[in-house]
Amino acid sequence: MSSKCQALRLDGVRKSFGKNEVLKGIDLDLAEHEVVCLIGASGSGKSTLLRCVNLLEPIDEGRIVVLGEEITAHGVKVNEVRRRIGIVFQAYNLFPHMSVLENVTLAPRKALGLSRRDAAAQATELLDRFGLADKRDDYPDRLSGGQQQRVAIVRALAMQPEVMLLDEVTSALDPELVAEVLRVIRELADGGMTMLIATHEMGFARDIASRVCFLDAGVILEQGPPERIFSAPEQERTRQFLDRIIEAGRL
Amino acid sequence: MSVGADPGRGSRILGDLRGSGQGSIWIATASTIVFAAIVVAVIVTSPGWPAVKKAFFNREIFVDSFPEIARAFLLNIRIFLIAEAVILVFALLIAVLRGLPGPVFFPIRALAVVYTDLFRGIPTILVIYILGFGAPALQLSWLERFTPLFWGIVALVLVYSAYVAEVYRAGIESVHRSQEAAARSLGLSQPQTLRFVIIPQAVRRVIPPLLNDFIGLQKDTALVALIGPIEAFRQSQIDVAATFNYTPYLCTALLFVLLTIPMARLTDWLIARDRRRQLAGAA
Repeated sequence: MSSKCQALRLDGVRKSFGKNEVLKGIDLDLAEHEVVCLIGASGSGKSTLLRCVNLLEPIDEGRIVVLGEEITAHGVKVNEVRRRIGIVFQAYNLFPHMSVLENVTLAPRKALGLSRRDAAAQATELLDRFGLADKRDDYPDRLSGGQQQRVAIVRALAMQPEVMLLDEVTSALDPELVAEVLRVIRELADGGMTMLIATHEMGFARDIASRVCFLDAGVILEQGPPERIFSAPEQERTRQFLDRIIEAGRL
Repeated sequence: MSVGADPGRGSRILGDLRGSGQGSIWIATASTIVFAAIVVAVIVTSPGWPAVKKAFFNREIFVDSFPEIARAFLLNIRIFLIAEAVILVFALLIAVLRGLPGPVFFPIRALAVVYTDLFRGIPTILVIYILGFGAPALQLSWLERFTPLFWGIVALVLVYSAYVAEVYRAGIESVHRSQEAAARSLGLSQPQTLRFVIIPQAVRRVIPPLLNDFIGLQKDTALVALIGPIEAFRQSQIDVAATFNYTPYLCTALLFVLLTIPMARLTDWLIARDRRRQLAGAA
């Protein structure tokens, strides 16, 4: 298989909501252990792209391949695909009626069939690793935004995904809470997790990404190593976008 | 995501009193006494009062008829408990069926809509009559073993499930779509998502309106008397006919009220406990 080191590939992915075409043919490759950041204005299709990879949105055209297996083919078991791909949302989306531990152990128990005890042991270890051991029995309402988002990351990790998708995971946070979440993501990157990250944190993208893709009006207009994209973008649109970001003081 | 209200706040009736000290409690007590005194005075001084007192508030008749009516009331409680247990499950099933996605399930969704429309539309008393007299009239041998009591319970289940299904549905729809996305993204199937994520949140939200429907159900158990079974209301009718005094009705009313008050308090307690848990973390 030629795609041995390829974790994720998108071929001409198109997606419309009614008449509004959000993704107009996306081609993207991620090698294993690679961290790729998607940047672009709101509405450029970043979130939709991630939701398509997780099969939360069916695509209209094209194909998506994860570790050599086409997940957009007919007859693919959607639930099994999703177990291999973790996604973390902007609004955390923790289950408010469950404690932190229950949030983290639900899917391993029900989708992977782990025993309650094994799932709890694994969850405790993960929570410990991300500094959340003492929040184990708390309910999400009691946690800060940063803690909630870290729990959401742990919840996704508990399924031992092969690829992680992060959808603007710091956008809903107070500025002083952003750092703790970024630290967790950096740790994942250091551990070799393959990640596709939609973000507005340009400084973070520059630090962590091996490649940055600029998404504009449903296409990847430009991609390359962060040093080049941020200092010498080739496309006029990319330059305008980065100028606006700099104006807003976010780079 | 937050549930909203402050857990430290007291009941809606007494809440304001607590913060503002002893003085306002005295004022509230005094005004309550004055108000009650006026109401009692108006009733007791009315020209018809002596007759009403004799017809409705006869102590001896009350004491005489109470045990018998209370015993009959056990049947109301039985009807209510059986019906409630079935309704809780059946109505949830209807609500879930009505929410099934995709064109394949259109007939099932349509059926659920027809059911809720139909049984919310027909007066309960008619459903009881139609089933209670209609079903046995079919003269099907396998139907014969069912008593009027059975048909009464079936009628109540059918009518109240239609209401409760709508309450459940409102609850299910009030859970944000992002919860479903989160659950599905973790690899949970659609039924697992409903069972572990959507329905638990939906049910918590609809406990108060659910209880409201169940209080209605408690009262409507009296309608089953119309096709035969002797429950509290029918028993009090019998007593009234024997004594030419309406006090037994008062007896029955009192029993129904005594049943609903603990239900209401139980719900308050459940809601408060839930809120405490979510806000304070586990003990």
